[in-house]
Amino acid sequence: MWNSLKTMWTIFLHMFRRRVTIQYPDEKPVIPPRWRGRIILSRDPDGEERCVACYLCAAACPVDCIALQATEDEYGRRYPSFFRINFSRCIFCGYCEEACPTDAIQLTPDFEMGEYDRKNLVYEKEDLLIDGTGKYPGYNFYRVAGLAIKGKDKGDAQDEAPPVDLHRLLP
Amino acid sequence: MEFTFYLSGAIAVAATLMVITGLNAVHALLYLIVSLLAVAIVFYVLGAPFAAALEVIIYAGAIMVLFVFVMMMLNLGKAAAAREQDWLTPGIWAGPAVLASLLLAELGYIFAQGGTAAGAVAVTAKEVGIALFGPYLLGVELASLLLLAGLVGACHLGRHEDVHHGWDEDERHENG
Amino acid sequence: MSELALAWSNVILILAVVFSFAALLSWIERRLLGVWQDRYGPNRVGPFGLLQIAADAIKLLSKEDWVPPFSEKALFVLAPVIIAVTTLLAFAVVPVAPGIGVVDLNIGLLFFLAMSSLGVYSIVLGGWASNNKYSLLGGFRAAAQMLSYEVFMGLSLMGVVMLAGSFNLRDIVAAQEDLWFCIPQILGFITFTVAGIAEARRLPFDLPEAENELVAGFHTEYSSMKFGLFFIGEYVGVILISAMMVTLFFGGWLGPLLPPLMWFLLKTFIVIGFFILLRASLPRPRYDQLMAYAWKVMLPLTLVNLLVTGAIVLAWKS
Repeated sequence: MWNSLKTMWTIFLHMFRRRVTIQYPDEKPVIPPRWRGRIILSRDPDGEERCVACYLCAAACPVDCIALQATEDEYGRRYPSFFRINFSRCIFCGYCEEACPTDAIQLTPDFEMGEYDRKNLVYEKEDLLIDGTGKYPGYNFYRVAGLAIKGKDKGDAQDEAPPVDLHRLLP
Repeated sequence: MEFTFYLSGAIAVAATLMVITGLNAVHALLYLIVSLLAVAIVFYVLGAPFAAALEVIIYAGAIMVLFVFVMMMLNLGKAAAAREQDWLTPGIWAGPAVLASLLLAELGYIFAQGGTAAGAVAVTAKEVGIALFGPYLLGVELASLLLLAGLVGACHLGRHEDVHHGWDEDERHENG
Repeated sequence: MSELALAWSNVILILAVVFSFAALLSWIERRLLGVWQDRYGPNRVGPFGLLQIAADAIKLLSKEDWVPPFSEKALFVLAPVIIAVTTLLAFAVVPVAPGIGVVDLNIGLLFFLAMSSLGVYSIVLGGWASNNKYSLLGGFRAAAQMLSYEVFMGLSLMGVVMLAGSFNLRDIVAAQEDLWFCIPQILGFITFTVAGIAEARRLPFDLPEAENELVAGFHTEYSSMKFGLFFIGEYVGVILISAMMVTLFFGGWLGPLLPPLMWFLLKTFIVIGFFILLRASLPRPRYDQLMAYAWKVMLPLTLVNLLVTGAIVLAWKS
């Protein structure tokens, strides 16, 4: 009995505590930068798409909400011809971001994606692609990879030795 | 007041008839509750508000709840209703019905004689108490003795059988 | 004729106040629970969230009023009516203030007890008629709980009756002119509070509807306005028990300075707040604990109170 009364008094005193509620629509909560929210596709510092359409994100996705089709430009650079994420399926697990070898697909702290029509939750590439580099500024996959693309020949990448001429056989 | 007396009396009689003829046990109990409530009103009209309140609190409010409780526990289905139907043959209810109608006739005769019907003197709680603890003291004490015996009996029946060897029970729980 | 008009206006006024206050209570309770749990509670709809009541009412009214095909239909519909009727009928004897009140019964206290004991049929029959195992279990629990707690609920009030020498609630209030009965009848007050919470099926003793074991207990199958009636019945029950506690132990309308009506409302509101505080702070006991508590602690305590009060009254009178 005494114990119960003590409990009740403690609860009563909580009347004068600070409220912990964040009045959401009026008052935005502070969301940590590594929050797993809306998925975006980023660009490298040169302004080109980072995505190389390797399908690893689609393979990693546990709910199969990512669909894409790989294609190449005339210089051999791979990119997705379409890239579609169905956010009505997405569980925001972040596996796609972990799987991505080029840091192209990233999860952002934005979570306000409510829609009245379910169809509007299917995001196409133009909805996903942003102009910036996202969480990894400065990283440029093609600047460290050996593949030759437009404006960068073999051997031009960072810390890359020029290719060996196999036909000369001289050190 | 006369009118309310006769109305509630009629309700009591009708509800009691429904209790007897009802096939579903729970429905029959509900009619019994209605009948008790009607009797309470009769008491009130006759000038015994204390008895009326006790009728509702104890009979309608407590004892009938127990009855309903048991009926719900038993989970009687259609088979029980069919059996009730079999029991309701004229041969079974004719005898009690004749006796009861005799009583009814007697009651009608008393009323016709202008006995103590509506408009009687009100009996207050105090008078009931004085009567119980005055001339009827022995009866009250005997009744309380009976209740005590019932209480002890219920306590004995409801006792856990193996209170003295608790480890036995634990073992059985582990095995079970 | 004017007397009749006065009586009717009394009835209608009390009905209106009780109903609107019961509706308001659903908002007050949520706000207070929020306050005691470091939250805000509903504050979005209208000023201070006051229109939440209207939103809830619209929601309840526009829901499908479903009578399950497997249920006992007549009883299923009847059950929520019983609770609303009995709790409202019990309000008839509550003496709000001098001149305000529906009837002035000689056996007012007994009438209140009778109505509160009839209210249990609503829960039991609702649970049985739903034909659902959770509802049935809720009904069982309600029946056993009400029976056990009613036993000492009536007895705990007999000390008050002894001191006041009457079952009439107005006489009881008048007898508290010098000293509120919560002081000489402290045991009776405690036991009546516990019994009252159990009768109103409020949170420490809401075993009949224990959400985390019985879905929603006896009203699992109820929806729309039938559920709304149960809901209103519960809140009216809370107001009723609070009003009775004020009448029996806190001197009813008595008090200095303020008008009697204000005193009554103020005291009732404080008691209701106490009920909500109980809900905010205490956990629900196990079922056997609940029954053991009633029979092994509360009933002996009540009988001791009765014995001591009787002895003192006898010694004092002679």
